[in-house]
Amino acid sequence: MAPLVQLEAVSKVFGTGETAVRALTEVDLAVEAGEVVGLKGPSGSGKSTLLNVVACILEPSSGRLLLDGQVVWDGRYRIGDLRRLRRERIGFIFQFHNLLPFLDATENVALPMTLAGTDPGAARARARELLDYLQIGRRASAMPSRLSGGEAQRVAIARALANRPRVILADEPTAALDSERARVVMDLLRQVARDQQAAVLVVTHDEKIFDRFDRMVALRDGRVEQVEARAA
Amino acid sequence: MNLALADIRHNLGRFLMTGVGLGLLMAVALSMVGIYQGVVAEALALSRSLRADLWVVEEGTRGPFAESSRIPGDVRAMVARLPGVADAGAITLSTTEMQAPQGIIRVQVMGYEPGRPGGPAAIASGRALGGVRREMVADARAGLRLGAVVTIGGDRYRVVGTTRGLVASGGDPLVFVHLRDAQELQFKLAPAAARRAVAAGGAAGSIDTVNAVIARLSPDADPDGVAGTARRWKHLSALTDAEQSALLTRSVVNRARVQLGMFTVVLLFVSAVIIALIIYTMTMDKLREIATLKLIGAPDRTIVGLVLQQALLLGGAGFAAATALVFAARDVFPRTVALGVAEVSAMAGVIGLICILGSLVSIRAALRIEPAQALGG
Ligand SMILES: Nc1ncnc2c1ncn2[C@@H]1O[C@H](COP(=O)(O)OP(=O)(O)OP(=O)(O)O)[C@@H](O)[C@H]1O
Ligand SMILES: [Mg+2]
Repeated sequence: MAPLVQLEAVSKVFGTGETAVRALTEVDLAVEAGEVVGLKGPSGSGKSTLLNVVACILEPSSGRLLLDGQVVWDGRYRIGDLRRLRRERIGFIFQFHNLLPFLDATENVALPMTLAGTDPGAARARARELLDYLQIGRRASAMPSRLSGGEAQRVAIARALANRPRVILADEPTAALDSERARVVMDLLRQVARDQQAAVLVVTHDEKIFDRFDRMVALRDGRVEQVEARAA
Repeated sequence: MNLALADIRHNLGRFLMTGVGLGLLMAVALSMVGIYQGVVAEALALSRSLRADLWVVEEGTRGPFAESSRIPGDVRAMVARLPGVADAGAITLSTTEMQAPQGIIRVQVMGYEPGRPGGPAAIASGRALGGVRREMVADARAGLRLGAVVTIGGDRYRVVGTTRGLVASGGDPLVFVHLRDAQELQFKLAPAAARRAVAAGGAAGSIDTVNAVIARLSPDADPDGVAGTARRWKHLSALTDAEQSALLTRSVVNRARVQLGMFTVVLLFVSAVIIALIIYTMTMDKLREIATLKLIGAPDRTIVGLVLQQALLLGGAGFAAATALVFAARDVFPRTVALGVAEVSAMAGVIGLICILGSLVSIRAALRIEPAQALGG
């Protein structure tokens, strides 16, 4: 079976000429269904860029991107409706939570579902379930401005999981959480990977949760420096 | 959940402030439309109230409103004898100052013979002129009470009735008096030289001069046919009611009408620019949210809906405020603000169109926002 996420010699250059920044250089990476892969590396090493390329938010400069065996980019996008792809197949937890300030927690989580055509009642019900699971059910009707950083982060996680995506990308999802909650989040992502046969790619600096990954990929200056199997 | 409403609820205070501000601007535009319509309605009010089918005036003039016209009083009897004419009445018109209890006011005095065409169709309070001289029916705009005594040209008149909405094209209230009183008044007001000529005698030595004769036709008569007959008379000319109405709106109040119309267009244009700017600012303030929506996969339809719905809601709020304001304040205006269902709904349509057109630039900008713009702190 083809990996769910596959990058073949993907490079990304920002800008041109003298000011050009090579954020990714010939990155090869594959994430299988059910696998949870960690991505680490110093600041500026290209971790966020890599996730954004997979989410089709940033267009690569060269290489090939495949999702679920389907070519998504090989010099140009092969899929017409990228937003539909993101809506239906990709869950993204951003480095900064990016909740909509005018919707409460439940509505923020329900939004991707209603955008995908789920009936509003069912969407709300599932949103409440997800929030309960992430232990913020009691903040379900709070506006984002009233949430702490950790609470907002968990609402964003719930939103990313809402449409049961096959590909889950998370940029430092546990940065604002204490270690106990960080573990809850990681266990949830592991469970989702297993139950939904999803590929999970998580950027993290947090050594305390390194043991929660099947593999750790280290980036340095836009290149894959090393791949280490899980320290059992 | 509706994104447009949710965002408005989130910034309700700001939305309401913007709506009220826009409402004030739209109120000015709406009252301009009302004043424009008022000028046209007032110009036609008198000729409508007289229910005249035919106006016989001095040859070579288009009187008695657009140009001055003087014809002998006995023309009335000639007109009354024309086949197809059911009734005819002589009228005079002159603008003068009147000493009223509250001070001096400018009025247009209309003289007619009670019982013949030339009086107001409807009396609002009191009664119409009776057989007694020196009585007056005044329009409510003159602000006179029943029984009030006023002085014109040294003669005292008693107000016995009032009308509503009958003003001259300049906005001066109309007052109705007996034809004989009005003729005497015109004689007094006429320049001394003309007065001497009349006093010197001759066939035209009477003061029985009127400004026009108006005729009501029998139901089966053809106005153009009767007018044609009257035009063949020496020294006379005739206008049908349709011609008179066209003259009143195109000639008499034309400058005022075009001026107001142009000003209304300028105001609408200014409103359109301001609405477009407000919508643009509103959209750009949500740049990050719109980028986030794209990040989580919202289709263009959702983005367009958000911008357009907010534009229309803002326009709607502003227009509601404007309508409330204008209807609350319309009686404060010195001239009629004529706003009916037709004017208000036409204006609502124009505002709606402005909102949609004003959103186009913002929609274009919103659709160009890159999802990546939501990333970063
Ligand atoms: N939009 C952009 N335009 C130009 N350069 C960019 C852009 N985004 C990122 N870069 C550059 O690309 C490189 C990789 O950035 P990236 O954000 O992927 O790093 P990161 O590994 O996520 O860092 P951090 O741990 O600080 O989040 C950096 O040198 C950065 O300055
Ligand atoms: Mg980053």
